[in-house]
Amino acid sequence: MNNVVILPIIIPFIAGIIMVIFGRNIRLHRWLSIFTMIATGIVAITLVSQVQTQGIQTLQLGGWQAPFGISMVADMFSVLLIVTTCLVAVTCLLFAFKSIGKERESYYFYPIFLFLITGVNGSFLTGDLFNLFVCFEVMLISSYVLITIGGEKGQLRESIKYVLINVLSSFLFLIAIAYLYAVTGTLNLAHLSLRIAEVGQDGLITTVAILLLIVFSLKAGLFLFFWLPGSYSAPPTAIAAIFGALLTKVGIYAIFRMFTLVFYHEPQITHLLIAIMGALTMILGAIGAVAYNDIRMILAYNVVIAVGFIMAGLASFTSAALMGSIYYLIHDIIIKAVIFLLGGTMIHLAGTSKLNEMSGLIRNHPALGWMFFISALSLSGIPPLSGFIGKVLITQGTFEADLFWLGAIGLITSLMVLYSIMKIFLYGFWGGTLLSTKMEKGTTKGLLLPISILTAVTIALGLGVEGIHVYVDQAVYTLLDPSLYISAVFGGNPIP
Amino acid sequence: METLMSFLVGILITIGTYLVLTKSLLRIILGTSIIGHGVHLLILTMGGLKSGGPPLLEDVSYTDALPQALILTAIVINFAVTGLFLVLAYRSYKVLGTDDMDQLRGTEDE
Repeated sequence: MNNVVILPIIIPFIAGIIMVIFGRNIRLHRWLSIFTMIATGIVAITLVSQVQTQGIQTLQLGGWQAPFGISMVADMFSVLLIVTTCLVAVTCLLFAFKSIGKERESYYFYPIFLFLITGVNGSFLTGDLFNLFVCFEVMLISSYVLITIGGEKGQLRESIKYVLINVLSSFLFLIAIAYLYAVTGTLNLAHLSLRIAEVGQDGLITTVAILLLIVFSLKAGLFLFFWLPGSYSAPPTAIAAIFGALLTKVGIYAIFRMFTLVFYHEPQITHLLIAIMGALTMILGAIGAVAYNDIRMILAYNVVIAVGFIMAGLASFTSAALMGSIYYLIHDIIIKAVIFLLGGTMIHLAGTSKLNEMSGLIRNHPALGWMFFISALSLSGIPPLSGFIGKVLITQGTFEADLFWLGAIGLITSLMVLYSIMKIFLYGFWGGTLLSTKMEKGTTKGLLLPISILTAVTIALGLGVEGIHVYVDQAVYTLLDPSLYISAVFGGNPIP
Repeated sequence: METLMSFLVGILITIGTYLVLTKSLLRIILGTSIIGHGVHLLILTMGGLKSGGPPLLEDVSYTDALPQALILTAIVINFAVTGLFLVLAYRSYKVLGTDDMDQLRGTEDE
């Protein structure tokens, strides 16, 4: 029992409530939101050190022992993701201060942002399937509000599709929960894992596993990503960045948790399905990224490609591949945030998102241009930047698992990612300058600070792989051995 | 009783799916609401139906209280989302001037 486990959920939640109570005081909202996210980050770092020294930390809510109450479980995988979430949230808030505009700020942008973080952190920490559904809903309802806030035509049009697809996938989630409860009689993840290991994963349980895979794929954009490019290109930059960085990752986390902890008995069915879906996601995403001429759409399709690539690691299910997936997941949260922020800044400067209507931005904005160049290289996994190690390990893992076609598709799509992102660089930053400093639609004043923080982090992560290696190693160790998770949740109590 | 409930759930989800596939936004929202009811009844059925048993550990015959707790939470969430969705539909009808999903595809020049 460790009460620190719940803090990453309730700190943003209580701060959000306080902001709503104190009304439309924008100064208070700004200070409190940034302070809250930094505090949550510090708590998360504390948790990392606790998990490293004392093993998996759990909290049984209300003192009810594991299968009866709701468990909060912090293992290294979830804690690492929470630290990254806090980092990205702080930078997106810094970006939002300068770019989101008075009107959106006074309509409670910051409280809803914090509620979104509450839902994301809750999904990472929960050890109960129904509680996972609740945390998903907290996150999704906040995201519905964030995607519509401001009420522009494009936003409203895309948000209807986004809300509809997520409502339907929530119902599928509930159906899967109902079936799973009928088959196993429990919803606690550790207890589920134990019961399925006892009775064996028969056809019925595998079907439920595939239904859950479909649900989480809809949220993560794994193969079922048709809603994603439209909805992620509609909202303003700071919101699109936090969406691209976090929302799909929660779905990916859920798939990882379910298919390493609970449904790991039939990999020739479920994990092969994940491999096929990942491969199709990479191919279709790469086609989309190459085809479009619009910065927002290219970046949205890059989100999709990364989902497929991370899933290739899970499908291989070797130690190296899972390690690569975790590295790549952390890298991807950061790099998607920075690349969306950079793209948004370009659109902000040029007043358009069409690549053939902008040119030569690097003449007047060298810092922006070079940071975009570094991030583009990092996105496509050029050493020594942060994407490289994940890419190497996932490819190695797919080869070890005899999934050569999957590794090959991953490498080919990496080239297409490089091509699509270099297209933005060549058209946007290279060439003759169309806009003089006076004609630009906006300034980069204050926008470069959050971008440079994240760029520095991606360089540091690439150079300092050894530094986080011990943490990632421990995360993989717990993912590959479900008995650690189970014994931590039950803590020596009798299991009914 | 379980068979009857299964038919009821199936009918509700069928009607909901039909409504979701129509063009009008209001019908779609009603469709999601009806699917929601079907799903909630499914959770109740899947927990095991037992008429007359109290949800407490009094004697040998008691009803499992967990599905009811799950449905309570799910209904609250569904209620909130439906409310938000209705407001969103009203607002987008005001701004976009249509509730026909075919006309909400968007154009290239925006």
